[in-house]
Parts: sequence; C-alpha cells; structure tokens
Amino acid sequence: MHSARVEKFYYLMKLGREFELAAKEQYMQGNIAGFLHLDIGQEACSVGSMQAFDKGDVFTHYREHVLAIARGMDPKLIMAELFGKVTGVSKGKGGSMHLFEPNLNFYGGDAIVAGHLPIAVGCAYARKIQGEKAGVFAIFGDGASNAGAFFESINIAAAWKLPLIFFCENNYYAIGTRIGWVSPFEELYNKARNFMPTKRIDGMDVCEVYKAVTQAKEYIENGLGPYFIEAETYRYEGHSMSDNGKYRSEEEIEIFKSRDPIINLKKRAIAEGLVTPEYFDEADQKVQKVIQEAIEFALNSPEPPINELYEDVYCKECTNVIP
Amino acid sequence: MLYREALNNAIDEMMAADESVVILGEDVGRYGGSYRVSEGLFAKYGAKRVIDTPIAELSIVGNAIGMAIAGLRPIAEIMTVNFSLLALDQIINHAAKFRYMSGGKMTIPLTIRMPGGVSKQLAAQHSESYETIYTAIPGLIVLAASNATYAYYGLKAAIALNDPVIFLEHELLYPMEMEFKPQENFDPFKAEIVKEGKDLTIITYLKMRYDVLQAIPTIEQTLNITVEVVDLNSLRPLDMSTITQSIQKTKRVAIVEEDHKTGGYGAEVIARISEELFYELDAPPLRIAGQDVPIPYNRTLELASIPTPKKIAQKIIQWGRENGL
Repeated sequence: MHSARVEKFYYLMKLGREFELAAKEQYMQGNIAGFLHLDIGQEACSVGSMQAFDKGDVFTHYREHVLAIARGMDPKLIMAELFGKVTGVSKGKGGSMHLFEPNLNFYGGDAIVAGHLPIAVGCAYARKIQGEKAGVFAIFGDGASNAGAFFESINIAAAWKLPLIFFCENNYYAIGTRIGWVSPFEELYNKARNFMPTKRIDGMDVCEVYKAVTQAKEYIENGLGPYFIEAETYRYEGHSMSDNGKYRSEEEIEIFKSRDPIINLKKRAIAEGLVTPEYFDEADQKVQKVIQEAIEFALNSPEPPINELYEDVYCKECTNVIP
Repeated sequence: MLYREALNNAIDEMMAADESVVILGEDVGRYGGSYRVSEGLFAKYGAKRVIDTPIAELSIVGNAIGMAIAGLRPIAEIMTVNFSLLALDQIINHAAKFRYMSGGKMTIPLTIRMPGGVSKQLAAQHSESYETIYTAIPGLIVLAASNATYAYYGLKAAIALNDPVIFLEHELLYPMEMEFKPQENFDPFKAEIVKEGKDLTIITYLKMRYDVLQAIPTIEQTLNITVEVVDLNSLRPLDMSTITQSIQKTKRVAIVEEDHKTGGYGAEVIARISEELFYELDAPPLRIAGQDVPIPYNRTLELASIPTPKKIAQKIIQWGRENGL
C-alpha cells in the first residue's frame, strides 16, 4: 500500500473517530438532540470504501457521519447539521440521519432500514442506460439484510446486471438483536451468493476494505453486474445514544477493540516503515483543529429562521400554487 | 378519444420530446400495459425506456426514485392503488420527504400513475380508493383525471413537474370514448366547472363525475333548481378559489366521492369549506360517499357500497327538501 494512501486512511479515520467523540460530548451537553448513531469502531468501512469508490453515487444508511466526511463533506457542515443550524448541510432540517449533498453524489442517510436500497438500484439502472460507468455504492447494515427491500434489490440488480456495489456492514447487532437470532446464518454474503459475486472481508482493516471495494468497482465498471461485499465490523458504542448496551458482553467488545482499525493501521504503518511516527502526531493535531473549528462553527451558526418551516416542501414552481 | 388513448398520447409525446422520460411497471412493456395505456411504447422506445419490472411495488417506486435522482423523469405505473400500499414507504418516507429533509437539495421529478375505485366485482383488494392517504402527505401532489382532456394535459404537466405526483386514474374510464377539448394555458391545479347552475354546488372527481351528471336531470326537475358541478381535477393542492366562487353563488354544497366516508377525502374538503365559507352556506354541507365497509364481490352488494346515480339523486333530493330547496 502506498504511504500517501495509508496517511490519508489514517487521517480520515482519526478525523471520523474524533468527530464522533466530539458529537457524543456535544450531545451530552445538550447541543445535539434526537437520535445520534456513532460510527466508532466502523471507521475502516466508511473510509476504505469511500477512498476506493471515489466517483459514482453513494446511498447510505443513517450511521453516516464518517462516510460523509470520507466522501469529502466538510465536517463543519455536518456538525452544524447535528446542531440543527441553518448552516448545516441540510439546513438543519435533516439532522444526524439525513446528510444530503448531490454535488458529492451523496444521498442519505436514510433512516428507514433497507429503504435506500431500491433507490440505489434505480439510480444504478439510470447510470447504466446513461452510459455512466462509475455506478453506484449502497452501504447498509446486517439488520437491513433481513428486509424485503433488500431481497427485492439483490434480485433486480442481478436480473438487470446493474453497476451496483452492495456493501453490508455486519456489526452483528440490529439495535439489540443479534443477527443469528433472526437470520439462518451470520455470514450474510450467503444471502446474495446465488445472485452475484460475493466477498466476506475484515471490516476492521481499512486496507482490506479498500482493496475489496476497488476490486468490486472494477467489476461493476466492466458492466458485469452487481457485487456484494460483507464487511465484518463492530460498533463500540450503543446503537444510538439512548442504547444501554446490555445485550453485549464486555468480553466481546474487548475482542473487537483489540482489532481497532486506527490503532492497528498506525502500528503496521510504523512497523513496515511506510509512515513516520511524526506524521501521526501532525495528523492528530490537524484533526483536533478541524474538530474544534467544526464545533465553533456549529455553536456560532444561527438557528433557521421560522419561515424555513415552510420552505422546501415543494419545488419553486409548485410552491406558488400550493398553500 | 378513448381515455386510455389520451394517457398514451401524453406519455408518448413526453417520451418523444425528452429522452430522460422513462416508464416502468409491471407489464408496461412487452404486454402493453394492464389497461393498454402504454400500448405501442415498447416498440417505439425500446426496453431501456419502457421497463418491465417484477411485481414488487416497493421496488417499482423505489427504483423510480433512484432514477429521478440520477436525472431521469420516471413514470411509475402501479396496477391499482390497492397495490400501492406495498410502496407506501417509498412514496411517503422517501419521495415526499427528500426535498425537505435535504434542505431543498434533492429534487424528485416522479409521476406515479395508478387507477383506483370500484370496477366490476374485483373484490376488496382491487377496488378501493385511497386518495385520502396521499392527499394527507406534504410533499406530494395529487391529481385525479376524470376525462380525456385532463388525462392528456394533466399527465403531461405531472411528468414535467419537479416534484412527486400521484396521478389517479379510474379503471372504468380507460375504455370510455370521451370528448377531447384542446386547451390553451392549461393549469393542472385548476378545478373544472363541468356544468353551471345557481342553487347547489356538487363537488366531485374521477368516475363519480359521470354518476353525478347522470343524477342531475332528476335532481333539477324534482327540486326545480339548477345545479353547478365542480370536478376538482387536483386534490392536492385543492382549488379553493373555484370552490369559493361557486358556493358564494349557490349557497349550498354537496360532495360526491367513491372512497369511504369516514376519513375520506370529502371530509377534508368539507372541513375547509366549513372553516372558510361557513357564513356563505344556507344549509349544512352534504357528503355522499362509499360505505364504511371493504368493497364486496357480489354485484348487488358492490353497488350498494358506493354512490350510484340513483342514490345520489335520492340523497340530494331528500337533503334539498329538508334544507329549503
């Protein structure tokens, strides 16, 4: 792996983790409300996939802050959105779960489990007939793999040979329900393997995620149809801030923490002489600065004016006639 | 012109003018459409733009939303509004909310066409009218085409709009021969005064327009009055200005709808009238609607479950006599 690439992986994962920790703190202080789903532990999936899938369209679930950062969204605009400020990426109307930026071809988060998958399929269909090779990337969790929308989507994507990567983050728990309690197997690539090529990877290893998504990208770009990746991963925090976490053992959490994507990348990069130890200190300092700026931007941003309540329900030409 | 031909012409012309317009749904392509609305389009525009989908309504609408995000202007055909319930999550949680949740960044130019209402003995899972669900959703536009003229111009307007449109049709109208009136400056959100009158306003839409018109001679002769008939065309937004002008003239209003009375669309229209035009009214408003039962299979029971010309006339004459007409 190229050292510049490893540096970028580290920087983005560290930025993602510190962003989430800062968001958690701001939630505790009452500056962020509602549901806040943290990506801590899963940064390798978010960063590795977005670094590999750097063109195309991205449809995502609601645990998407780090994915958005890795796609190029400004952390300031995300933090302001979490604060509900008008400067947020969705003008404070979407919140944590709905960070939309069409300029980055980034659509979502979607808070309906598996609800974004049929939409990703339709987008992939359009890209195919438009002759856009880059295709579509759809990320979802183990919980979504039990939904009807998921099965409809793998069926249609395969039937029409659509350029679509299904990226399943298997963190084993749909809120508090262990995947094995509600699925006949815990290795979820089994659900797709009669429809398309599948690959199960270590989602705690950013290099492995990057390689797998790169391979999948080449496959879909060649017009061969969809590709399914299952990435084994783990969230260290609860499902959201209101989760007491009683359904998992400390032992299990510690096993996954020993596979931490950020710590392990750093260790490996130093051991292999790919990156100097000084780089990490500089990166950490830069991350702190970016996070601090994001919080200050969010804190100092104005609330939406009350007339924003009525804006954006319809397009301009329709708004004129609709009361 | 047949009603279904008017729809077909609208789609055909929009597809010819703009290659981003596509149509998808079950049997829309090779089969030619369950009600022959898309007949001939597959041969003309090919499989890429006339898309045969699986019977999976959630995906028909969800896929269409994704196509719209990618810059296409999809027309999704659902075989009946009854089946659209499988797609409610995509219609309501996604299509209707994306613009708002994204602070105005997302635009979903999507038309969902579907027929509703009682046809002939298709029983409860093929016969309901669910406009009351869709008209309650901010972010959706709901149009209801009762005639060839509105079917043609209204559908073209729907396809051109940059928001999700629920375009309601009626199964019994497809094979009907209708007069086509060329329009200038067509406004899809404007109600139509089907017939002028001075003593009573009857508001209606979709197929009930014809049942009302059949009942009118009996009503007018029996009560010795003239009746004004307003066909709403657009259910959301509601053309309150046409309704207001009519009621200011007639001072009395009835609504005739095919969906269930409780929580039906007519309840909303009457509520708006009661709030905004209470002092214009000389009589309490009248609602004539479907019974609060699932639609039965047996023909006698089926007809008993919805308004018919005879029942409309009877109810209005009785109500008119009780209220000084």
